[in-house]
Amino acid sequence: MVLVIFDTIVTLSGLGIAAAIVLYLVAWKFKVYEDPRIDKVEEILPAANCGGCGFAGCRNFAEACVKQEGLDGLYCPVGGNECMTNIAEIIGSSAIVKDARVAVLLCNGICEVRPKTSLYDGVSTCSINASLYGGDTGCQFGCLGHGDCVVVCDFEALHMDAATGLPVVNVENCTACGACVTACPKDLFELRKRAKKDRKIYVACKNEDKGGIAKKSCSAACIGCNKCFKVCPFDAITMNNNLAYIDSDKCRLCRKCVPECPTNAIIEIGFPPKKERTEQSENETIIKQN
Amino acid sequence: MLKTFTLGGVHPPENKISATSKIVEMHTPKNVVVPLVQHLGAPAKSIVAKGDIVKTGQLIAQSSGFVSANIHSPVSGKVLKIDKALNSSGYKSDAIFITVEGDEWVDNIDRTDKLINEIKFSKQEIISKIADAGIVGLGGATFPSHVKTTLPKGKKADYLIINGVECEPYLTADHLLMLEKTEELFVGTELLMKALDVSKAIIGIENNKSDAIKKMQEVSKKFNSISVQPLKVKYPQGGEKQLIEAITKRKVPSGGLPIDIGAVVFNVGSVYAIYEAVQKNKPLIDRIVTVTGKTLKSPSNFKVKIGTMIGELIDMAGGLPEDTGKIINGGPMMGKSVASTEIPIVKGSSGILIMPENESKRKETEPCIRCSKCVGVCPMGLEPYLLSALGEKSLFDRLESDKVMDCIECGSCSYVCPSGRPLLDYIRFGKTNVGKIIRSRK
Amino acid sequence: MSKLITVSPSPHIHSGQSVEKLMFGVIIAMLPALAVSVYFFGMGAIYVTLVSVVSCMLFEYLIQKYLLKTTPRITDGSAIVTGMLLAFNLPSSLPLHIIIIGALVSIGIGKMTFGGLGNNPFNPALVGRVFLLLSFPTRMTKYAVAKGFQTPVLIGEDNLDASTGATPLGMIKEGLVGNETVQSVLKDAGIKYGDFFWGNIGGSLGEIAGFALIIGLAFMLIRKIITWHIPISVLGSVFIFTGLLWVFGYEGHSYIIDKWGLNIPYIQYLDHDLGVKAPFHMADPVFHILTGGLLLGAIFMATDYVTSPMTPKGQIIFGTGIGVITVAIRVFGAYPEGVSFAILIMNGFTPLINRYVKPKRFGE
Repeated sequence: MVLVIFDTIVTLSGLGIAAAIVLYLVAWKFKVYEDPRIDKVEEILPAANCGGCGFAGCRNFAEACVKQEGLDGLYCPVGGNECMTNIAEIIGSSAIVKDARVAVLLCNGICEVRPKTSLYDGVSTCSINASLYGGDTGCQFGCLGHGDCVVVCDFEALHMDAATGLPVVNVENCTACGACVTACPKDLFELRKRAKKDRKIYVACKNEDKGGIAKKSCSAACIGCNKCFKVCPFDAITMNNNLAYIDSDKCRLCRKCVPECPTNAIIEIGFPPKKERTEQSENETIIKQN
Repeated sequence: MLKTFTLGGVHPPENKISATSKIVEMHTPKNVVVPLVQHLGAPAKSIVAKGDIVKTGQLIAQSSGFVSANIHSPVSGKVLKIDKALNSSGYKSDAIFITVEGDEWVDNIDRTDKLINEIKFSKQEIISKIADAGIVGLGGATFPSHVKTTLPKGKKADYLIINGVECEPYLTADHLLMLEKTEELFVGTELLMKALDVSKAIIGIENNKSDAIKKMQEVSKKFNSISVQPLKVKYPQGGEKQLIEAITKRKVPSGGLPIDIGAVVFNVGSVYAIYEAVQKNKPLIDRIVTVTGKTLKSPSNFKVKIGTMIGELIDMAGGLPEDTGKIINGGPMMGKSVASTEIPIVKGSSGILIMPENESKRKETEPCIRCSKCVGVCPMGLEPYLLSALGEKSLFDRLESDKVMDCIECGSCSYVCPSGRPLLDYIRFGKTNVGKIIRSRK
Repeated sequence: MSKLITVSPSPHIHSGQSVEKLMFGVIIAMLPALAVSVYFFGMGAIYVTLVSVVSCMLFEYLIQKYLLKTTPRITDGSAIVTGMLLAFNLPSSLPLHIIIIGALVSIGIGKMTFGGLGNNPFNPALVGRVFLLLSFPTRMTKYAVAKGFQTPVLIGEDNLDASTGATPLGMIKEGLVGNETVQSVLKDAGIKYGDFFWGNIGGSLGEIAGFALIIGLAFMLIRKIITWHIPISVLGSVFIFTGLLWVFGYEGHSYIIDKWGLNIPYIQYLDHDLGVKAPFHMADPVFHILTGGLLLGAIFMATDYVTSPMTPKGQIIFGTGIGVITVAIRVFGAYPEGVSFAILIMNGFTPLINRYVKPKRFGE
């Protein structure tokens, strides 16, 4: 009986040791040399594997950084400037610094302002809805509300608001990886420059129809009236195809355009409410100035 | 034993309720909206401007490339504007708006009904006239016809096949055309035979149009090289690959064209338009459109000017019924559902179908039970359940290797699925994206 | 305010086919076999079927509602079909608790763990049946001797041997082990071939009457619920394989060898080593087709949509595999009956078959 156990132990241990030796030899003989810097870079990266850098995962991006010997054209939006600076240190190159960005939905066609003109009965995904027609409202440019963007976000920065029918961006979680920009068949997402206190001013509309038609389908549409364009002191606003666009890199958040818009298509976020200009406060101002 | 295609196929109820309605010429509308894209290929470029006076049959938009087509004014009047207009694609695109004034036609157009069966033109002249007249495939694909008649170098056509099948339920435009313009169709076929250097032509007609088959067969006795072939009623017999197989037993290879196996297919509507273009100098400015539906007061077949709003046709057929659920541009299997009647008739509009509310909602979707009925009915031998699942997950390389590009989008799979799964929706999504990937490789 | 126009992608019409219609078609096809089993086994047949169907539906409802927390959907008929098929594989004398355990395993493990309808790789009724066979071997292989409505029901442990018997295949397997021949076993039991066809033999509820099952097959083929590929390839391959064994093993060796002077080693192997010698140790092909739940398996179990391949070519491969494995188990294996195991094994191959066997493409 004891002999059997002893035989078993010896045989199995011997097999184990033999297997270990074979594995070790094979691993040593067929080892692929990899630049150790790749592992170091990969460790710093956020490990989200979101594809926002344009590569197939963080390891792929790390390989590209090391192999390229310079960080031109390489940027991890999730890791941001701090991460890229650290990577630059490891590979001995100069760091890239980019402005932080955040995803913004350029549509404010909520149910109250954009009435339905038909009933969509197909599969509830934006891509299939968009391939069939412009949507169940009069505006063929606006958000369809099925949430392809929500599905594709890896960072839980998007959720559908049932009351408005539009997706909402969680600015803390958003890493500006760009997945929602690619996913939206109407190109409604834009990665705009982040300002302090997460302040934003943007034209929440992409409607290129003539003013009268745009207003009929959505009362918060941009009608291309040019009023905002005329009043911007920094040339940040451009007009194209009956639509205004505010460039987030040029905009200084002076808020002059916001009250000009007759349909309230320009949205400002993160600002204190403007004080009511009464006669009393005007007098106060004049006295103070004197 | 009637000839038919071998793989798959379904038998939707025929509902040819307008089959006995003779063609009625619709009055000229007060305005027309003529989109610049009514064909496959590059959009035409407008050559008129706001305020221009145009005559019926006058060229108003020029073909902008080889695979493109001319567009002619269907009415006489003044150009109101060139602006974006909604069309059946679901989106707005550039169109020429014309306010109708008078009835002035371009000079050399023969407006009589007299049959002209003498063929005076050479092969090149025929192809030229087809190109000038802006003829495109009127079966729905709208492929520019002069491109189809210009055979690639080294390829020869053995068969000219005329598609009189009209396998979509409800649609009867081709049926009535074959009954009322029989001799003209045969002359048109002869013109095409000359243009393609083909010695024989076969007209395929589904067996549910017995009066049309009889009339066509009678007339075919006068034409030695054109024969009529009745075909078994099975959808999608009218698909060009299925039609070629049924008539010639040859199969178009995957990724290939009919000319690769020596066949060229034209719809009867296109043949009639070609007859008018070559023999009467009349460009493509009108077509036969079936307006039908179970709840419609008078299902009809209208001869309609291109650019007429479909709302006007529906009014002529008795008005839009109260309980309308869907308005379909085309037939129930492959037609495009539209949200409004403010959409113009274009070259490819073969029918307007009104569906009542109680037939307009989709069945509730249940999980796939792997019954393989979709595999059994697919006329291209594909696996719709698999292509649909791959499309849902956006696995485009597997979609390509499982031959999603062979799909003819006939809808037989979704039609037959017991679980009501939206198979074709996802397959189309897969096809669009795989198509983009393939084109970006070139 | 008029209602809004509906917009959806094509096609805009539907054939009207539904999961419910297909499932109820299968249930109707099973009714002749159910009727025959009630005729022979009386109340036992009714109890077993009823308990099985109700338990299956109940477990599906409870699991969907409380474990998976989705809307329960038991009216599509698939739980009823599983319940009936499970019952058809059980003896009429089985106690209630065993039936309920079988239903729990069938639905809970065989179907729900994989995600419910459409997602299970193995036939749920067979999963339950094999589980019971391996857990309660004696109860599952003793079949009440048929006496119509006099047949004892819910037999207790003490009465077991007195009022039950084995199936013909079981009898033959035992007999061969005891060095009897096929003919003598059948003669002793007083069984004629007609009995297999009309149902006058021992066995589980569904396997006894050949003719009733064939009526069910005809019904399903006419209504286009199933296609001919799987049943014909299963039965065909069994027929051919047992036929070959029967011919080549005829009287040991002699017929083929003597006539053509061949000396094939395989025949020697069959004869000397395996002791397969028709007609003494090997039943003929017709016998094999008619017995042991092969018809039930080929017509109702192997043709289950979810677990069988999706292409005709694949289905024929699937059916042939089932036939070959069944015969291998029956003739060379220790079990008298192999259909359940054969079908489960081939169910495992179905995803592989689906992956590599493609349908005939247009243009090939």
